[in-house]
Amino acid sequence: MTMRKIMVAGLSAAVLVAASSVAWAAGQYSPGASDSEIKIGNTMPYSGPASSYGVIGKVDAAYFAMINEKGGINGRKINFISKDDSYSPPKTVELVRQMVEQDQVLLMFNTLGTPPNMAIHGYLNENKVPQLFLATGADQWNDPKHFPWTMMWLPSYGNESHIYASYILKNLPNAKIAVLYQNDDYGKDYLNGLKAGLGDKAAKMIIATQSYETTDPTVDSQIVALQASGADVLLTAAIPKFAAQSIRKVYDVGWKPTHFLNSVGNAVGTVMKPAGLEKGVGIISAAFAKDPTDPQWQSTPEYKEWLAFMNKAGLSANTTDVQAVIGYSFVQTMVEVLKACGDNLTRENVMKQAASLHNVKLPMLLPGIMLSTSADDFDPIKQMQLQKFDGTTWQLFGDVLSASGS
Amino acid sequence: MTMAKSVAIASAEQPAAATRNGAFVAGAWRSTGALVLIAAAVALPFTISNYHVFELTQVMIYAIAVLGLNILTGYNGQISLGHGGFYAAGAYTAAILMHRYGVPYWATLPPAAVICFALGVLFGLPALRFEGPYLALVTLAMAVATPQLLKYFDTWTGGQQGINLIKVQAPAFLGIGRDRWLYLVVLTVLLVAMRVAANMLHGRTGRALVAIRDHPIAAAAMGIDVARYKTLAFGTSSLFTGVAGALSAIVIGFVAPESFTLFLSLSFLVGSAIGGIATIFGAIVGGLFIEFVPNIANDISDAAPWAIYGLTMLLFMYVMPRGVVGSLAGLMRRVQSRRATAGQGLEEQKRRLS
Amino acid sequence: MHQLLQQIFSGLAAGAVYASLALALVMIYRATDLVNFAQGEMAMFSTYIAWMLVNVGMPFWAAFSLTLVASFVGGMIIERIVIRPVENAPVLAAVVVTIGLLLIFNALAGWLFTYTLQEFPSPFPDRTLFGALMTTRDLGVIGVTLAMLVALFVFFRFTATGLAMRAAAQNPESARLCGIPVGRMLAIGWGLAAAIGAVAGIMVAPVLFLDPNMMGGVLLYAFTGALLGGITSPIGAVVGGLIVGVTENLVGAYLIASQLKLTVALALIVLVLVFRPNGLFGVAIVRRV
Repeated sequence: MTMRKIMVAGLSAAVLVAASSVAWAAGQYSPGASDSEIKIGNTMPYSGPASSYGVIGKVDAAYFAMINEKGGINGRKINFISKDDSYSPPKTVELVRQMVEQDQVLLMFNTLGTPPNMAIHGYLNENKVPQLFLATGADQWNDPKHFPWTMMWLPSYGNESHIYASYILKNLPNAKIAVLYQNDDYGKDYLNGLKAGLGDKAAKMIIATQSYETTDPTVDSQIVALQASGADVLLTAAIPKFAAQSIRKVYDVGWKPTHFLNSVGNAVGTVMKPAGLEKGVGIISAAFAKDPTDPQWQSTPEYKEWLAFMNKAGLSANTTDVQAVIGYSFVQTMVEVLKACGDNLTRENVMKQAASLHNVKLPMLLPGIMLSTSADDFDPIKQMQLQKFDGTTWQLFGDVLSASGS
Repeated sequence: MTMAKSVAIASAEQPAAATRNGAFVAGAWRSTGALVLIAAAVALPFTISNYHVFELTQVMIYAIAVLGLNILTGYNGQISLGHGGFYAAGAYTAAILMHRYGVPYWATLPPAAVICFALGVLFGLPALRFEGPYLALVTLAMAVATPQLLKYFDTWTGGQQGINLIKVQAPAFLGIGRDRWLYLVVLTVLLVAMRVAANMLHGRTGRALVAIRDHPIAAAAMGIDVARYKTLAFGTSSLFTGVAGALSAIVIGFVAPESFTLFLSLSFLVGSAIGGIATIFGAIVGGLFIEFVPNIANDISDAAPWAIYGLTMLLFMYVMPRGVVGSLAGLMRRVQSRRATAGQGLEEQKRRLS
Repeated sequence: MHQLLQQIFSGLAAGAVYASLALALVMIYRATDLVNFAQGEMAMFSTYIAWMLVNVGMPFWAAFSLTLVASFVGGMIIERIVIRPVENAPVLAAVVVTIGLLLIFNALAGWLFTYTLQEFPSPFPDRTLFGALMTTRDLGVIGVTLAMLVALFVFFRFTATGLAMRAAAQNPESARLCGIPVGRMLAIGWGLAAAIGAVAGIMVAPVLFLDPNMMGGVLLYAFTGALLGGITSPIGAVVGGLIVGVTENLVGAYLIASQLKLTVALALIVLVLVFRPNGLFGVAIVRRV
């Protein structure tokens, strides 16, 4: 009797295993995935005030096209649907609903901007659609407990200024700090991260702050006001156009603070050069990706591969833009995750693989910077490295740091 | 346009004595036609997907907003480049009431209406001093200042992060989805708005507004309180657009300063002009334009969709400078007056023309 | 005190930028009674043309002159083809057309030249003056703006074409009866405005850096300055632009947190307009009953 039971159990188990492996071989799918195709949705500001970031979307599309030419991922072609939301949240909601309900995409990837993402993350989490690798560094996106379907990618802005704060506390303990920031979540995250990093010294050390709107033609007035405060340290949290103006005006008014520049605004080609290379000497910034105009990377095979990719994709006009490097790294991460899914292309498995990145290296990130995620940690890149401008290029110094300073 | 001509045109619009029966029949046709349209509009969401229902709800919200603008700029001649500001005021009123005070969504509409009416009147008072490009500037200033003010008072408005609202639930006993329910709610508000606007604009108030638009000095000479009507126009206009804003907060479920940029105000103006600035039905055409043409432009050209959008605007203005409904209405008036004169005898014609 | 002076000088430098575009706005208004919302984008597009010419190796002043001529012709063509059809249409139709032009130019520039920030060469050397109060570039912008103002003034007051243009704008029917080709005057008006805009853009690009959204914010301030000064007065445009620049700077530095700078500056200007509804130098339009 027992023998029989064991045999039946064993046979059933064998049948189950056989059945499930047959199912596994055929692939498990959520809407948007099939044997031949994976549909990915994306919104980008291709027009309007944030349009300079549209290059990220273009790089995404070009890279997916290149992968498709090489046979796709596990034999499936990527159908990348990217639409212009002009950075307007109501538009983002509409486009995302269209992509999820009409086009039936598997996941949303690399949606850009905090307000647009804020508008859609409730909907996507409610409908259990992955919202992966947001193109925004706002601190709030690392929240797997409340938003298990939303994952960021960029090192958060707050973490970056935390790193500056640690440096200031260590090397300039009596500093009087002035801050120029963009009047939105991006700029404010930098300001708040600095305050958090300085701890209880923040109120004493930060003696002046000035904000600007993206519709302001210049920030000259703000720089003059900050100089008048008597500060000897300046943090500029600005996008390229205003970062360049800030650097130039600081020099022109004869102010010589220790100048910290946020990573978004430190590209050599689009910021340091227009501002005037000699005006930026000594500025400290942080980076996690390789600046394509930096001579120290231009002889490496990774750079050459990236450059060849850009030129072949018709994006030669953007080969001096570090956003293109970041976009390249974004999409490589997505490809890694999709590869790891194998034939199990359910939305749950996509999230699972995305949350299982372990020390992943990407060719155009700085050496030493790796991506890691886990079930409680949805912030893949937490490290940056400090660098100082010497008039031609950014010289990295110190160790690769994370917000905690290690 | 002289006084005599206006009177002549007005009389041409009224059916002549001989066709009064015809007018009754025409009226009956119009009411049945309206009922049929309304029934179709109510049935429509049950035949299309949720996403399309959502899109059409957006169209109706924009239509209400544009209707507000039509009252002010079309019927009363006061140009406004700042209606995005009133829209934002309504949206944030609804959002703050729902988020902070737990007010149910349908109960946020009256406060939004009242607050926006007050705002409109407050704005209309100094606006009395300005005309033409100067008024455009003042309203433009409001549109530009709105995002900044929203970001500044962040304890109330949530600042740049905006306010995320709990999704509205349809009443359970109806058994329809959220999208369809909201469509019906917005449709009801739109029909009410159109009815109210029609009553106002086709009556004494409307004639006063138009008189002020066309001949302010003559209107004042005839005893119309120009200041009162102009301010009232501002208030009413703002009320309509503010209610539209509140509805948009409810439907989208999220408000942020980025949603209410200058471009929104310009879109309302464009929608208004394309639909027909001094019409009521034109507002619906305007709403359709604002909602669908950018998407269509995106499908046509990946590289420069806004160029296509701009080009479409230009083409509409060349072909129908008074807007779609405005041009159609003008056409119909000409046909009607020709028919009226044709139906009359030679004596009547002679009398009319002398 | 030093900060006050610096803010004032920064304000004058910024104000000169607004004033130069404001001159173009006034030019179009005087010629055609229309506010051209696309003025900023047209100026930006002209600047990109100059940028392209400089990039292929043309010397600066040659590129400058060629761009000016191209912009003049371009402006005339736009008037003939784009604006002419809505000339007799309601004003709102013309406004919508200029908004459409704005979108078209912006999208075209983004498509042709990408949205990446570009450098633009300045004819003026990069030096600071008066003990870091001002740079030679800022002074250059002020100088060129004043020169354009004088040129416009002379044109309208002392030349036959200027007189004809004023007549055509004020009373087209009577002007036609006097033999003035009104259509051509309108086209010339737009051409001149486009050329002024091109100069404004070229002067401004080294300071603001060139990208398709360069003129967006500037247009708003230029519009404000032009109306503050009186939309029919070129002197008013320059004075208005300078006042707007200085006010904006001082308000942000002294009056209120920079987060409300724009709002308060605009509010102050609106306040001024309440007392002088036709602008500081504007002429009240008397309407016949």
